[in-house]
Parts: sequence; C-alpha cells; structure tokens
Amino acid sequence: MDFYFGMAQLIGVHTLLGLSAYVVLLTGQVSMAQAGFFAIGAYLAGMLTVLAGWHIIPAMLLAAVASALVATVVGFPALRVKGLMLVVATLAFGEAVRIFWFNFDYQIAKGNIQVGPLGGEGFKQIRYFPENGWSTADVALFIWAWVIAAMVALWWMDRSRVGSVLRAVGEDELAAQSVGINLTAVKVSAMGIGGFIAGLGGAIYAHYTTHIEHLNFGVVLATFAIAYPILGGLSSVIGVLIAVIFIQGFLVEVLRFMGDWRNLLFGALIVLAMNVRPDGLFDARAMRTLRRLFGTRDA
Amino acid sequence: MLELHGLSKHFGGVRAVDDLSLTVNQGEIFGLIGPNGSGKSTTVNLVCGVFPTTSGAVLFEGQDITDAPSHRVVAAGITRTFQNIRLFGDLTVWQNLWVAQNSAEERSRGWFGRWLGGGQSGRGDADELLKFAGLEHRSGELARNLAFGEQRRLEMARALAARPKLLLLDEPAAGMNAEEVSQLADRIRALRRYGMTILLVEHVMELVMGVTDRIAVLNFGQKIAEGAPAEIREDPAVRTAYLGTADA
Repeated sequence: MDFYFGMAQLIGVHTLLGLSAYVVLLTGQVSMAQAGFFAIGAYLAGMLTVLAGWHIIPAMLLAAVASALVATVVGFPALRVKGLMLVVATLAFGEAVRIFWFNFDYQIAKGNIQVGPLGGEGFKQIRYFPENGWSTADVALFIWAWVIAAMVALWWMDRSRVGSVLRAVGEDELAAQSVGINLTAVKVSAMGIGGFIAGLGGAIYAHYTTHIEHLNFGVVLATFAIAYPILGGLSSVIGVLIAVIFIQGFLVEVLRFMGDWRNLLFGALIVLAMNVRPDGLFDARAMRTLRRLFGTRDA
Repeated sequence: MLELHGLSKHFGGVRAVDDLSLTVNQGEIFGLIGPNGSGKSTTVNLVCGVFPTTSGAVLFEGQDITDAPSHRVVAAGITRTFQNIRLFGDLTVWQNLWVAQNSAEERSRGWFGRWLGGGQSGRGDADELLKFAGLEHRSGELARNLAFGEQRRLEMARALAARPKLLLLDEPAAGMNAEEVSQLADRIRALRRYGMTILLVEHVMELVMGVTDRIAVLNFGQKIAEGAPAEIREDPAVRTAYLGTADA
C-alpha cells in the first residue's frame, strides 16, 4: 500500500511542477527554469522547518513566495529573449540555482547531530513528517489537498479573463499589445505565478523525501516540468495531470522491469506522442469531446 | 486630434517615413494613400508604438505619445487593425473581444471583476460589437474557423472593444469583393455617426474616395499631396506617383 501512496506523492508533486510550467507556457514562454524555482522552494522550506522549527504550512508558503519573487526577477530579462534563446537563458538560470545549492553550506547543531544543507552532500534529515507522526497516507492526502487547490485555482483562472489574456499573449504578442494588453505585466506575472506553484511543489518534495541534494534539480527535472504541459496540451490543467500520470505512473513505474532500457522507450514514446498529437494528448478537440460526454457547456 | 510633427523612421539607409507632418481632426475620416512601400503601414506602426521613431513627435489630444508603449497608446484612445489579419485564432470570437476590453473605463473597474470575473463580465459590450460586425451567430466559434470576410469584421470589432476615440484601419478592404467593400464603407460611415475619428490607410480607391473627408498621399515616405478627395484625384503629382501606375 505504501508503494501506491508513494506513487501518489510523486505524481502530486510533479503535477505542481507541471502546472507551474503550464502557466508560463500559456504566454508562449518555454521555461526551463521551473526546476530552479522548485529547488529554491525545497531548500528554503526545509531550512524553515528543520533549522527554524517552523510549522510546515507557513514554511511552504514563505518558500513559495520567495520562489515567486525570484521568478519575477527572472521574468524581466526573460522578456527580451524568445524561443530557443529563452530556453537557453532559463536553462542557464536553473543550472545556476543548482550550482548555488551545490556550494551552499549552512549547518547548525541539533542535539548531537549537525543539520542543514551541506553543499554536495545535500540536505539530509528533513524529518518534519516523521517527527510529527504523519503516516504516508497523511502525507499523500496533504499533498493532494495542495494539488487540488492549485488545480482548482488555475482552472478558475483559465476560465476567467486572465486565461484568455495569457493565451492571447502566447498566440500573438504584437496583436496582444495592440489591443491594450501590457505584455511586460502579463509575462512577468505568469512567471511569478509559475514560480509560486513550483516553490510549493519543491517545499512538499523536500519534506516527503526527507533528503534533497542539488542533483535532484538538474536538467532532467526541468525537462519533465516543461514536458508535462507540452504533452498534456494547453487546453486545460487536466492535461497536465494526465501527462504526469502517463509519464511518472506509466512510463517510469510500470516499465520499471525493463531497467534502464525504459529510458529509451520513454524518449521514443514522447516523440511518438508529439507526432501523433502535436497539440498535446488533450488538445482543444479532445477537451470539447470530453465536455460533451460530461454534459457541461462550453465557456 | 492626432498630430504628426516631422515624423521619421529610417531602417538602415531606407527612409520608410521621412519628415511626415499631418493633422487628423476630431470626427473626420482621414485617408492615407500611396503606392506599395510608401510608408503608410510604417506610419500606423509608429503611432501605435510598435517600433521606435527615428525623429519627430506624435501628439494625441495634445498629449505627447511619441514612442509610448502600445498598451499606453490604447489607453490614450487609439486602436488599430492589421493589414494581414492578426486575430487570436485559438480563442473564440467573443473571447477575442473580451481580451481587448482595455478602455480607461474598464481599467477603473475593480481588479477582481476585471481579471477574475467569469464569462458574463464583458458580455454586454461584446454582444453589441458582434451585432455591429454581423457576427452574433458566430460568438462561440474559434476565430481561426471564420471565413476571411468575417475575420476582417471581427478584427475591426476587436479594435472597437477598447472604446477608442481614433481608429486606425490598415488596409481593411484588402482581399474583399465589391459587395464586402460597400458593406465596409457603410460600417465606416456608421462609426463616424457615433463620433469616431478614423485614419484609413487603403489601396482600394473606391473606398478611400467614397468615405474620406480628406486624404494625404505618401510616396517614398514623404507627403506629396493633401486635400479633399476631388482635389487629390486631379492632382498631377499624385497621378504620376500613384493613380497613373496603380489600377484603381
């Protein structure tokens, strides 16, 4: 049973990561920096609960706000570059964050052991959940409460005017500014919201794994982050969830018996999926069919 | 209402717009014509802040809007359409109008209602514009699925969604048949009755001659003539530069 709870935790955290990339991608920005924001959230939240002894929820929120602020700051120079150049710039930022944590030491004595991040050794003993007697099931429920809250908030945002404005910017920046949309404000806000959600995801991740190190937040994680909304399509937040379940639940876990060969299959399946369904597994048409099936009206 | 003072835009050695001065008065329909590459669209782009001016000034209602960012130009009361239609194809027809509701009045509404309100918030205005554009039956359709003429009408409606005082139409009749052009002329005249000022950049001569009050003619970025349609038609410089060579 614990295996399934562990799976649910992983899928929940990766869904948050995917949602953070989704918001940014709506404005047409392919960001490889989400793993960096995720790392900032993970380390800060861990330090707040372990070193400062905070309760988990304020620690998560403060870490997410810090990630959002960093994302906003990254958002401004990111405005000046587009397409592949933006990919390279955000990738470089993500790696810079990783290298920062690789070099960052801040330990204090707690009882007879040293705790806190220790450079390449990582940040061990983030034991908020076990220390407070949370079971795996409790943690999984806690994670999914956040995931559902984030999905509902973004779902609502999608259907509000914000959603249309983000998509308008993503589709045609010149037309968007010509109808009076402030491109800077919209793109930087999207980065900020994305940073907040990635920070939340990272904060949870640090606590359920109890041990984080810089290698967790490399290019692979950044690639996963952007793969989710690309694969899931930009029609709805549901697409992100389905893409995470498909990749983490099906490709990574079900194919585990194949050993390292599954990575090859993983790559091949992504290529196949993007060829067969270039607008994501759940494109606009699929969503409309779903809505019809469930009898809800189009917006 | 709109004053251009010695406006210039040089792309490297090319003087796309060269020391252009003109004044569009409140409530008039002003035509801007000229051969291909004479700087008409560049002028529109300069007014709308798409790229920076080389020199000169743009004044709107006495306010200096030279090189103002596009969204400020819209807030000041100027909106535009594009020569090659630029709709948001993946948004529905009415969402195209929704995102464009950026008038000063809209901006003063509460943040919550303006941004996080659902589909009902901007519906009244949008429905009115859709009726004006003859698109009320297409409201829920994706913009990319509209026919060409419908897309042109939607783009004009979208430009009106921010409640501009001055509307810049960049070749709105391009690709239209005679009947569509005459409907467009009716729409432009209707807008004037509502008090809209219009700067019409156009190739289709029957439209320009039929609806404008005054016309300026550009050639190689410079103004070579200005006057009422009848005067422009008879102007010898214009005839050589433009009417003589284009099949009007």
